Amino acid sequence: MSIELGHFSLILAFAIAAVSALGGLVLWQRGDRLAMVLRQASVLQFVLVAVAFLALVQAFVVSDFSLALAANNSHSLKPLIFKISGVWGNHEGSMVLWILILVLFGALVAAFGRRLPSDLSNLVLGTQSLLTAAFAGFTLFTSNPFERLTQPPLEGADLNPVLQDIGLAIHPPLLYAGYVGFSICFSFAIAALVSGRIDQAWARWVRPWTMLSWIFLTLGIAMGSYWAYYELGWGGWWFWDPVENASFMPWLAGTALLHSALVMEKRNALKIWTVFLSIITFSLSLLGTFLVRSGILTSVHTFASDPTRGLVILSMLAILIGGAFLLFALRSSSLRQGGLFAPISREGALILNNLFLATAVGAVLVGTLYPLVLDALTGTTISVGAPFFNLTFGALMAPLLLVLPFGPLLPWKRADLVAAGQRLIGMAALAIFLTILISALGGVSISLAPLGLLLGFWVTFGALAEVIERARIGRIPARESLRRLIGLPRSIWSTALGHLGLGLTVLGVVSVSAWETEIVTTLNPGESTELSGYIIAFDSFDQVAGPNYVADTGRFTVTAPGGRTAQLDAERRTYVASGMPTTEAAIQSYGLSQLYLQLGEPLDDTHVIRVWHKPYILLIWLGALVMAGAGVLSLTDRRLRVGAPQPSRKAVPKAAE
Amino acid sequence: MTAPAPARRKGMTRKQKRLAVIAGLAVVLAIATALVLTALRDQIVFFYSPSDVTARDVAPGQAIRLGGLVKDGSWVRSGQDNTFVVTDGGMDITARYVGILPDLFREGQGVVAEGSMGTDGRFTATNVLAKHDENYVPKEVVEALKAQGEWRPEGGQ
Repeated sequence: MSIELGHFSLILAFAIAAVSALGGLVLWQRGDRLAMVLRQASVLQFVLVAVAFLALVQAFVVSDFSLALAANNSHSLKPLIFKISGVWGNHEGSMVLWILILVLFGALVAAFGRRLPSDLSNLVLGTQSLLTAAFAGFTLFTSNPFERLTQPPLEGADLNPVLQDIGLAIHPPLLYAGYVGFSICFSFAIAALVSGRIDQAWARWVRPWTMLSWIFLTLGIAMGSYWAYYELGWGGWWFWDPVENASFMPWLAGTALLHSALVMEKRNALKIWTVFLSIITFSLSLLGTFLVRSGILTSVHTFASDPTRGLVILSMLAILIGGAFLLFALRSSSLRQGGLFAPISREGALILNNLFLATAVGAVLVGTLYPLVLDALTGTTISVGAPFFNLTFGALMAPLLLVLPFGPLLPWKRADLVAAGQRLIGMAALAIFLTILISALGGVSISLAPLGLLLGFWVTFGALAEVIERARIGRIPARESLRRLIGLPRSIWSTALGHLGLGLTVLGVVSVSAWETEIVTTLNPGESTELSGYIIAFDSFDQVAGPNYVADTGRFTVTAPGGRTAQLDAERRTYVASGMPTTEAAIQSYGLSQLYLQLGEPLDDTHVIRVWHKPYILLIWLGALVMAGAGVLSLTDRRLRVGAPQPSRKAVPKAAE
Repeated sequence: MTAPAPARRKGMTRKQKRLAVIAGLAVVLAIATALVLTALRDQIVFFYSPSDVTARDVAPGQAIRLGGLVKDGSWVRSGQDNTFVVTDGGMDITARYVGILPDLFREGQGVVAEGSMGTDGRFTATNVLAKHDENYVPKEVVEALKAQGEWRPEGGQ
């Protein structure tokens, strides 16, 4: 019964969204009364989709296998958390989650956007409803999650064991919140283009939403990367897999958008570019959804490869993105440019940031789509692997990282590069010293490692330069410095922390790439081996039963160079329902470094084990966390000002025309 | 059009500034394009079936992806040293891989191995791609098998 209720709710949400889209986009000039109706409709869409989603959750939790989706993807023995996360561990359910987050953002705009001018509000909520209608329609007509089985099976087919992990409970919701959150920027961009009005107030509305989505996307990608690292058992944390690229491209574009919106907000410049980036960012999110959901790529993310679905998503993409760009082409000339500045200035630095990030998006896009296009056109199957991306992406990021610390130190409008350079000279010296020291101690295993280290340290310390200077650390008593540190504007802190996080991630990446060690060997219980000073002793080999699997478990004792010992269990699980084996690597952290141990299939009582030592690998994800934290800090700062902006009712003419 | 800046102010006019920005943009884009094109020429990896490898005379040492089925009864293991035969029904190529094979590596199932051909006509794999699902055969392998008339869709999919 509740399943039919959920189904009905989703249909109703689809209908309301379709009507709202039509009303909002056609009658947007009708003002306040329409705005009120659209706001209520947005909240209603959220309530209805939430009911639909909860109906699915309920069916999974009680193992109602008359629901086809539950029968295909669940199992009564699964732990509760995996029953719930299993709702979106499949194509249909993940689409419902996508829509749920879409309408949640719509409802949030309705709730927090009461001060938006009514025409802008109408257009934004209208566009948002259009997206909801499109995706709800796609879900209902091509991938209905509420299908019933007339003869329900006694037991479900279980979820892909790789997905039976806490990662599935966290990674997709975070990632979707990031992807879908950019729809708000998209809707605002469409609203700006249709109404022809765009000003600093617009940028102030858009930036918090961009920031919020960016935080989620940052965390979602980092979480996905860590999950792949520990679950897939390959020891790698990033593979430049098309599916990873699909999430990385919106992140790069979103990062560019954050910076360009800053220019627009503070200096009323870069308007057309900011609108363009808003459209691009969400288009890349949609492209990601298409790549992942259409089945044209084969990966753990591809649940169903029904070609009709891919075609439908592709047509939806073509209409939405094509329509947006057509609108952009027709209307962007009506947006007035403003804000003069010299090339060497804060604005100039932010443009440079946008230039490199946008180019990097282009490079990743080419590498991701080229094999697909080539396959479609000529039938030649190729793969564009990590070397391509490391070369192109690395070459584009190096200059960006090099100039990054200068950016926040340059004043708006016109700046002096030499003055900024003088303020950074101490940090540069520190970065060079540490790089030489570490290269001398650690040995140079790959030629680019010192350059990478230098850039990592440079960005990390450079990020702190402004904070240290403003607090006058070392020049006035420590207590006074501390008081100044606390009193610094949050925007200064969030900039510093955001860049610091990036520096940490770079350092982690360089460290693992250059100084990772690895050993593959045969080992029997009672024997031991050694890697980078760690003694790995194979204690015993047992069979252990889990809730819905049996596992061959190897128990190891690892003695660190300092004498500390740790117990590690590496498993090879076989899942009862599907008979699928998976490997669970054993991972032990030593500070920011990790030891990663994988157990191979036994052969005549001998066991192959593979052990990696990954120095400072945790910096990669720690950096991402710091970046997300910086975003949160920036949001708390914004709240104080966001209530205030009043849109300029008339376009302000610029002097120098 | 654009009015020149007052004569006494130093620096460039608005037009010159815009030109400088556009020139900078063009330079970065040109470099990026050159990079992408070079990398595409040198860094892409072609996928070959054993028949392709034989027919095209792939140079030893060139990075390729070899895909096909693991021939029944061909997998020999001693410690971490594995040898197996990749077949597409037409041609067979012996591959060697040192390390732990993916969980779902089985005889008679599809496999994609990254590596290069040696001068002795044997393939040395640096990486054997894991599959995520027991029903899943890499798309490239399906195409290669179809080309050899060896594709037998199994039940269930």
